[in-house]
Amino acid sequence: MTTTEPSVGNAGRATARPAGPRPGSPLAAIRSSTRAARTRRKWYEIIGLTAPAAIVFTMFVLAPMGFAVYYSLYRWNGYGWPTEFKGLSNYFGELGAFRDPIFLDALRNNAIIIVGSLLVQGPLALGIALLLNRKFRFRSVFRLLVFVPYVIAEVTVGIMWSLILLGGSVTDTFLNAIGLGGLVTGWLANLDVVIWTMLFILTWKYTGFALILFLAGLSNVPTELTEAAALDGASWWQIQWRITIPLLGPTIRIWMFLSMIGSLQVFDVIWVAASPAVRSLGASNSMATYMVDHGFNERQWGYGNAVAVILFTISFVAALLFQRFVLRRDVDDARTGRVN
Amino acid sequence: MAATSLLPRRRHPLHWSSPLTYVLAIAVAAVSIGPVVYVILGGFRTTGQIAVDPAGLPHPWVWSTYSNVLQNSKFWYQLRNSGIIAGSTTIGVVVLGVLAAFVLARYTFRGREAIYTYFTIGLLFPAAAGILPLYLLLRDLNLADSYLGVIIPQVAFQLPLTIVILRPFLAAVPGELEDAAAVDGANRLGFFWRILLPLSRPVLVTVAVLAFVASWNSFLLPLLVLQSDSLQTLPLGVQNFSAEHSQDTAGILAFTSLAMLPALLFFSVAERKIVNSLQGAVKG
Repeated sequence: MTTTEPSVGNAGRATARPAGPRPGSPLAAIRSSTRAARTRRKWYEIIGLTAPAAIVFTMFVLAPMGFAVYYSLYRWNGYGWPTEFKGLSNYFGELGAFRDPIFLDALRNNAIIIVGSLLVQGPLALGIALLLNRKFRFRSVFRLLVFVPYVIAEVTVGIMWSLILLGGSVTDTFLNAIGLGGLVTGWLANLDVVIWTMLFILTWKYTGFALILFLAGLSNVPTELTEAAALDGASWWQIQWRITIPLLGPTIRIWMFLSMIGSLQVFDVIWVAASPAVRSLGASNSMATYMVDHGFNERQWGYGNAVAVILFTISFVAALLFQRFVLRRDVDDARTGRVN
Repeated sequence: MAATSLLPRRRHPLHWSSPLTYVLAIAVAAVSIGPVVYVILGGFRTTGQIAVDPAGLPHPWVWSTYSNVLQNSKFWYQLRNSGIIAGSTTIGVVVLGVLAAFVLARYTFRGREAIYTYFTIGLLFPAAAGILPLYLLLRDLNLADSYLGVIIPQVAFQLPLTIVILRPFLAAVPGELEDAAAVDGANRLGFFWRILLPLSRPVLVTVAVLAFVASWNSFLLPLLVLQSDSLQTLPLGVQNFSAEHSQDTAGILAFTSLAMLPALLFFSVAERKIVNSLQGAVKG
């Protein structure tokens, strides 16, 4: 970084300053050049410090989505440059994704997982969070135990449950023992049941995530409010219902957002817990497993990328709509409520 | 309910609560760790024992299954691979993230909000969506089947969340501190290095923990990128072991238990950190 290099813009400004030293004086030259140097240095810093993150992010997160759009217009085995242009036929053609019943199954399964996660995990986690937010002895031990499913890798969770749910294994024994033997079915083999089994496993795994967020949100609820309400004779239930839960609103909405994006990309648990055969029949697949099955495993790169684009578009539109109509209020609240 | 107590409550902040609270808490805890306990105990049984009585306790206790896994070199190099990848990812995310967040928090310049918004686009769609073209890109860059082929994309995936968590924290450090540093002759980078970084240690640990856990547990990217046996991480190892030894239920249970162990130990140490970190994310 040289400091002597004159900068046109700043030199001009320096001469225009009425109170400054006479134009052309050595002092003015030094001052303007140091200011120019400082501005230049600032920009060097801005660029130098953000560029690594911006480049890595652009190259490995955003650019691949751009490539996906391009590849999805071709039939391509992945080698060389794609040449066999097919237009939108990977999407809407005779053999396109939207005409494949197995892909439509994947869409339905993703929808089941999104809605099921929101409807089951939310209320469940809220109830547990309110419970664990009460002060009682050994509370921290309970908190630790309840988070365990969230920490274990998805793959491990999938393998674990596939062994527990195996026909004639511990689940069936347990159900027989408590007199519910009539319910026993092929949890991972019955094509009508397996997606609900997946939803169950995902619920076990991810309720802990909602719980962590809710407990964090609850710790932000000022105790003065609840104590004041208690002094006024409000019951525990009234306090939760009228004060705590409404104040938890922003947290719940952020969790809904994260849960939705997460449900759209569900892959690991389904990949390992249900057999590939069950998956390929559409009983337990998701958009992500369908994409990897066809794009990566069967080397139909154009088609797989079309599925990627569909997955991306659904997520992106859903995320923007959610931000626009649900999260926006929170952002505005935060802005007006900020102290400084 | 507890408010009826005649004792001043403040002197007993952690009193015994009603039995119902404990019943519910124990039920929830049992559902959470029951399956995990089953898997760990199952590793101490033989496959024969498990077949005869799926829900029984080990009788007698068998230690050889666990010791076999611990003598299996695969387990150890998978553990090492996971460690290398998660460790490098964490360092990469924290370094790149804090530099970018520092600029976005403490420099005033045209286009700042645009750059911030640009990074947050990454939160609007799942990383899995781009996995196929990402794999092709890595292949063309000769990064497929290498540690870096997993590390660099994982850094990229984790950057948006990291920046979103770090920026408000760095912005909240009072400007007076920066002015004082300037009076003492520190330029902005000096202020960053000597004052801001030490002050932000808690939040840096937070984003580091999040990045480490995400990388340690990740499956899809390593599944596509790491083809060589010698490079595989623990999640891939768990899947391969269960596929290759599908008749050896006890072995799978033991392998799975040992694969869970590092994460569980890590979590029991860092639990408060993880919870606090997500709290920070919720606020931001």
